[in-house]
Amino acid sequence: MKPPYEIQRFELRLSGLGGQGILTLGKVLGAGLALEEGYFVAQTQSYGPEARGGASRSDLVISSQPISYPKPEQLDLLVALSQEACNQYYRHLKQGGYLLVDDSLVKQTPTNIYWGLPFTTLAKEKLGMVQAANMVLLGALAHLVPFVVPRAMKKGLETSLSPKFLESNLKAFQLGMTQAKKKYPNVQTQWTSF
Amino acid sequence: MAEVTQLIHHYLRHNKRFPHVLCPGCGHGIVLGSLVRSVHQLGLTKDEVVLVAGIGCSGRIAVYVDFNTVHTTHGRTLTFATGIKMANPRLKVIAVMGDGDALSIGGNHFLHAARRNIGVTALILNNNIYGMTGGQSSSTTAENCYSTTSPYGQQEQSFDIVELAKAAGAPYVARSTVLHVKLLDRIITTALARPGFNLVEVLTPCHTQFGRKNKFKTTVDMYKWYKKNAIPLDSLSKLPQEEQNQRTPIGIFVEENRPSLEERYAAITCRLEEASK
Amino acid sequence: MPTKVKKNHRKEERSLFALGNEAVVEGALLAGCSFFAGYPITPSTEIAEIMAERLPRLPDGVFIQMEDEIASLGAVIGASLAGRKSMTATSGPGFSLMQEHIGYASMTEVPLVIVNVMRGGPSTGLPTSPAQGDVQQARWGTHGDHPIIVLSASNVQECLDMTVRAFNLSEKYRSPVILLLDEITAHTREKIQIPNRETYEIFSRIKPSMPPEWFVPYEESMRGVPPMPALGEGYRFHVTGLTHDVNGYPTSRPEEVEKLMQRLFRKIDQFFYDIQIIEETACEDAEVVVIAYGCVARSAHLAVLQARELGTRAGLLKLKTLFPFPRPAVERFIRQCRAVIVPEMNMGQMSREVKRVNNGLSSVRTLNRIDGQIITPAEILKVLQKA
Repeated sequence: MKPPYEIQRFELRLSGLGGQGILTLGKVLGAGLALEEGYFVAQTQSYGPEARGGASRSDLVISSQPISYPKPEQLDLLVALSQEACNQYYRHLKQGGYLLVDDSLVKQTPTNIYWGLPFTTLAKEKLGMVQAANMVLLGALAHLVPFVVPRAMKKGLETSLSPKFLESNLKAFQLGMTQAKKKYPNVQTQWTSF
Repeated sequence: MAEVTQLIHHYLRHNKRFPHVLCPGCGHGIVLGSLVRSVHQLGLTKDEVVLVAGIGCSGRIAVYVDFNTVHTTHGRTLTFATGIKMANPRLKVIAVMGDGDALSIGGNHFLHAARRNIGVTALILNNNIYGMTGGQSSSTTAENCYSTTSPYGQQEQSFDIVELAKAAGAPYVARSTVLHVKLLDRIITTALARPGFNLVEVLTPCHTQFGRKNKFKTTVDMYKWYKKNAIPLDSLSKLPQEEQNQRTPIGIFVEENRPSLEERYAAITCRLEEASK
Repeated sequence: MPTKVKKNHRKEERSLFALGNEAVVEGALLAGCSFFAGYPITPSTEIAEIMAERLPRLPDGVFIQMEDEIASLGAVIGASLAGRKSMTATSGPGFSLMQEHIGYASMTEVPLVIVNVMRGGPSTGLPTSPAQGDVQQARWGTHGDHPIIVLSASNVQECLDMTVRAFNLSEKYRSPVILLLDEITAHTREKIQIPNRETYEIFSRIKPSMPPEWFVPYEESMRGVPPMPALGEGYRFHVTGLTHDVNGYPTSRPEEVEKLMQRLFRKIDQFFYDIQIIEETACEDAEVVVIAYGCVARSAHLAVLQARELGTRAGLLKLKTLFPFPRPAVERFIRQCRAVIVPEMNMGQMSREVKRVNNGLSSVRTLNRIDGQIITPAEILKVLQKA
C-alpha cells in the first residue's frame, strides 16, 4: 500500500487535560494513518499521575519513510484543548506551523493566525455529550489536514470501537467535519508541502 | 516393622547420600514419616506429588523423598507452589516450611496463599527457633524465651500460626505436635485429600538450638513438655479460663469447603471458551 | 488499553498499531508463553493488563497477579518447572525485588523471561520517565557469579521480535533472559507485523528421551544444557538453589562445585555467536561509530544520517544483546574507526564495557543524560561532529 501523500516528517501534538480523550484520539488517529493509509507513525504520550484533570499530551510523528527518532522536535501542527497547553507548547511550533485550538477553552491565542473551533461546546450542545469533543476534533482534523482522510479515520473507528459507541462517535466525527468545512472552506489549498 | 521398611524403600531416595542433616531428637523426621504414610494411604503416585520446601532444617527433608522435589529460597516456598499448582492443577503440591521460613521472611506470601485459597497443602514445622543458622529467635519464639539473638529473653510477642491462618481465610487449619502421631497422620491425610489451601502446623522440638537455651535438659524433656502442654481442642473449654491460656490446643480448627483458586480459574476459562463458540 | 482481538488463534500474518508493551505480549504469545505472574508497576503495567485479558482465553493460559515481585518470579519459576513457557514484567523497584529469584533460576537452570521497562531511579525515582539505569543491575544484580542473557529493544516491532528471541534463548540454554526496555520504547505506538506462527522460528526446551531410571538431571554434555522434564512427567528429581551434583543433590565437594559452575558459564559462552544480536547502520566506511541501545539508538540513527549529510563518515552499531557483551562486534569497530561514542541515559554503564574492551585502541566518548529525558539526535550530532 503506497500512501497518497509523500510526507517527509510531520510532527503533530495533541495537548490538553486528562479526561479530554487526548490519548484515545492519538491512538485512533495514529491507527488510521498507519493501518489504513500505510504511513509510518510513531505515537508517544506523556501524562501526569492523575487520571483526570492533569496535563495530557499525545505526540505523533508521521512520515512516508521509517521513523528513527520517535519524539517531535519542531511541531508542524499543535492542537491545544486548554489555555495552559497552548501557552506551554506554542513555542515548540515551527515557523509556519499550524495551531488549532478549542476556542471555547482557549481564550487567548499567542498569534492571530490559528484555527479555532469550539469542540467542547459543540459536543455538549449539539450532541449532549461532552466526552465526544475528541471525536469532533478528529472530524475537524479530517477536513483541515489533507492526509487525514475521513474514510480511513471512520474505518479506524470501526475497528477500534465497540458497536455500542460507534454510532455516537461517528456522529461527533461528522459534526466536527461539517463545522470545520463551514468555517474554513478553502483550507486545503493552504498546504504546500509536509 | 516390615511395612515400615517397605515404605522406606518405596518412598526414600536410593541414590541420595545419607545420613541426613537432622539432629538426634529432632521432630522433623517424624513429620516426614507421617507425610509418607499419608501419601501412601491416599494411594497417590510418586509422580503426581510435588514437595516444595523452603530454607532451613525443614527445607532439607525434601531431598530425601522420591517425589518431585523443589528446594526453594527462604520464605518463598508458597510462591513456587502457587506457580506449580496454577501451571498444572493435576499435581498434588505440598509445601514444607519452617516457622522462620513461613512466618517471618515469608509472612506476606503465607497470608496471600491462604487468602487466595491456592490448592496447596502447607506444613509448617514450628520449632520456635531458627535451627539451621544456629538458634536465633523467630516470629514464633515465645516471649521471654532465650535465643542467640535474644540473650536477655525475647521481648516481642509471638505469632499464633493457627489464628493467623484463620484470619487470612484458610479453609482448613489444624495443629498437632510430633508426639501426637495418630492425630498428625489423620490431619495430614485429610489435608492432602482436600482441595484448596490446607494448613497444618506441627510443633516439633529443637533441643539443639531451643531446648538447651531454655532449660530443657534433654530432648525427652521437650517431648514431655509437649505432652503436658498440648490439649485436644474439644477438651480445652472444660478447663478454667486461666489454664486455657497456658495450654496449646491441638486438633482441627477450621474445616470449610470453598472452591480453590485453580478451580475458579478453570471455571472462568470454561466460561470464556463457551462464550467464544 | 489493549486492542481487541476477537480470535486468539490467528495464524496468518497481521498488522497492529500497538504500544511497545502490547508488542511484548504479542511476541510472548507467539513464542508460546502460557503463564504470566506479575505485580503492577508503571511503566510496565500494560503487559500485565493485556496478559490478564488474553491468557484466560487461550487453552491452558494462566495469568496470576501476585502479592509482590518476589512472589511473581517465584510463581514464574514454579510454572516453568511444571513445563510452561513463563514470564513476568516489571520496572526498576520490582526488578530489585526479583534479584533473589534471578539467581535461583540461574542456578537451577530454569528458562523464563523477565521484561524490565526501565524508569528513572534509584528508588521510586521517576515512575513515568525513561532511563537506562538498570543495565549493570541486569548483569550483576543477583549475588554470586553467574552467566545471564540480557537483551534490549528500541522500537515497537523489536519489542515483539526480541521477546520471541528472549523466549527462544531461554528455552535453548535453560537460562533466565532479561529483556530491558525503557519507558519510551514501551509507551510508543507504531505499526507492527505479527508474523505467521508457522513460519517463525520458535524454540522449546528439550525434554529427556531416556527412561526415567537412566535420567541424570544435570548431566555433563558437549552442549552443557541438560534436557529438562516437567514436574509430574515421571522424571522425579531434586531442584535446589544449593550448589548441586549431577543428580541435583546438594554438594560442597570442590570438584563437583567447580564442574557445575564451569558448565553454567560454558553453556552460554560457547554459543556466544548465537546469542550476540547486533544491527549495523552505515558502518562499513565509518570513521566514528555510535554504539547505542534502546530508545537512544533511535536518536543515534537520525544523528548518524544527519552527520553523513554534513560530511562526517558516521555509523551506528545498535546492541540488541547487551550481555554477554558483544565484544567481537565492538572490537571490530574500535579497531577500524577513529572514535566511538556511547550515548546512554545513565552515567555510563555500557560505555564502561566498551572501555573495558577498548584497550586504548580508539577514543571512547560518552554522552550521558540522567534527567528523565531522551538524548536527542541534536545532542549526539554535536558530539559526532567534534569526535
